[in-house]
Amino acid sequence: MATGQMMERVARNLSVRIGASVIALMMLVAVAAPWLGTVDPSLFDAGSRDLLPGKSGDITTLEGETLKHTFLMGSDSYGRDIYSRVIYGTRVSLVVGIATALLALAVGIACGLLSGYLRWLDGILMRFMDGIMAIPAILIAIALVALWRGSIVTVVVAIAIPEIPRVTRLVRSLVLTIREEPYVEAAVALGTPTRKILFGHILPNCMAPLLVQGTFTCAFAILVEAILSFLGVGLPPDVPTWGNIMAEGRAQFVSFPHNVFFPGIFLAVTVLAVNILGDGLRDTLDPKMAKRV
Amino acid sequence: MFNFILRRVLATVPVLLIVAVLVFLLLRLTPGDPAAIMAGDAANTEQIAQIRANLGLDRPILAQFGIWFGNLLSGDLGESFYYKTKVATLIGQRLEPTLSLAALTIVIAVLIAVPLGILAAWRHGGWLDRALMGFSVMGFSVPVFVLAYILIWLVSLKLGWLPVQGYQRLAEGAGPWLYHLALPAITLSVLYVALIARVTRASVMDALGEDYIRTARAKGLPELRVLVRHGLANAAVPIVTVIGIGIALLIGGVVVTESVYAIPGLGRLTVDAVLARDFPTVQGLILFFSFIYVLVNLLIDLTYVFLDPRIRY
Repeated sequence: MATGQMMERVARNLSVRIGASVIALMMLVAVAAPWLGTVDPSLFDAGSRDLLPGKSGDITTLEGETLKHTFLMGSDSYGRDIYSRVIYGTRVSLVVGIATALLALAVGIACGLLSGYLRWLDGILMRFMDGIMAIPAILIAIALVALWRGSIVTVVVAIAIPEIPRVTRLVRSLVLTIREEPYVEAAVALGTPTRKILFGHILPNCMAPLLVQGTFTCAFAILVEAILSFLGVGLPPDVPTWGNIMAEGRAQFVSFPHNVFFPGIFLAVTVLAVNILGDGLRDTLDPKMAKRV
Repeated sequence: MFNFILRRVLATVPVLLIVAVLVFLLLRLTPGDPAAIMAGDAANTEQIAQIRANLGLDRPILAQFGIWFGNLLSGDLGESFYYKTKVATLIGQRLEPTLSLAALTIVIAVLIAVPLGILAAWRHGGWLDRALMGFSVMGFSVPVFVLAYILIWLVSLKLGWLPVQGYQRLAEGAGPWLYHLALPAITLSVLYVALIARVTRASVMDALGEDYIRTARAKGLPELRVLVRHGLANAAVPIVTVIGIGIALLIGGVVVTESVYAIPGLGRLTVDAVLARDFPTVQGLILFFSFIYVLVNLLIDLTYVFLDPRIRY
């Protein structure tokens, strides 16, 4: 199918439209966070602790000025504005989700191409990947972040590592199929260098399933980052992430459930949107995979 | 068949070996002194020197692995410096709640997901099918802890039907045990229902397209018998497989669920150990969970022989 035709079919898919619109909105929120009526998410005021949503109160800026502020989503037990923290939290989630997907794809593509094309490497590399896949993903992520101490980079790497075998296996299976195609045979016969065959002929034909896989990896990464933060083993607690806000709010959940619910809703909607986008992409780009699940 | 079982059992040995190597390397490839990391923040120089000697850290890395792996094979997972006990003992003490939670979750999930999946496949394209597919995307997307808090708020706080937190040992009676475990298990089963129902639907749908289904209907079998005896029976292998693969998700879910509902199991122990930087315990737990995961999948592979008589290796 021609690329233009395929793009058109993707753009007409309802799931793709819904998912992509919500994600675009979230990206806009992340970029425009300072102009959405937020204050610095690290600001707090002892006088504004545990406010219910919609209440006004004071907030002290870094310069020591006291401002009147309406706490749209209430405040936490330090007197920080939950609305501002949730809005800024969008940045962390999207950055972690996208960066993890890109990293897992990049490393997975490299390993998959090598494994599918260099037969001597295949056995060793794939046994190694089997080993990683035998360890539950969240445990790898938790252990690595705990060892390295939480920062955006360590969190991204720690979540990407258990996802790499999935991408590697996908690319490897695609390479094994595609390398038997007549056009690859023709390229080999013409004396095309291996590097050029891999990147010029094989990789472009892997793009559609990889895009689908990348979307699901992104959703998974956003979820795992939130879980790590929520358990207290992710990014430092002062960083505004949805998981951290919920972790802070859980102690007072019985009296102030909004501390947990607002970030929870943002998290669920974002992951849902990415998954719906992935489903739509899979249905349109990769009908074979769509039939399997 | 004996050959098949033997081959399958032997095939898991290299996987477990690689898992052991990876878990071993986890600590060695991290910058810093492994002995100091192992000992945690509260240890003194003497304790660190003691650990260094025990682990053989002054020897080449292969020798270090030999010592560590030898201990592992004799069931010695090392000693927790935080809990001051053997890691193996610690795991034994915390096993019951986790096993209870996981077992109850799987039972609930299978009992709900398989009939739903069959119905969705049977009336493919109908409202139940659409609702189920929508629900399964939701199930994958709503994080376990968000769902847990929604359920706590609704079922425990508003309706007051079930306790908010805690765990009762099975030894104290099945009633209180179930009463405390019901909400965590329901929470955790949502993700699992989504996964199993999806696969059940897809594979039963495949089976229902086969000629033998038409034959079964043509000879006048009741529809229920067609669906279960001919549809489900032929769809069993992928369903059982996904239950096995889902164990990895279940273990991740257990860690979160136990933390939210304050259940003193292995998941809670994992988080506590990580927060206390108790690495011997973390290492032991990762090995233990991975071992269980590989073992369950091995057992599931072996059931193929019984589920599908055509599989004769």
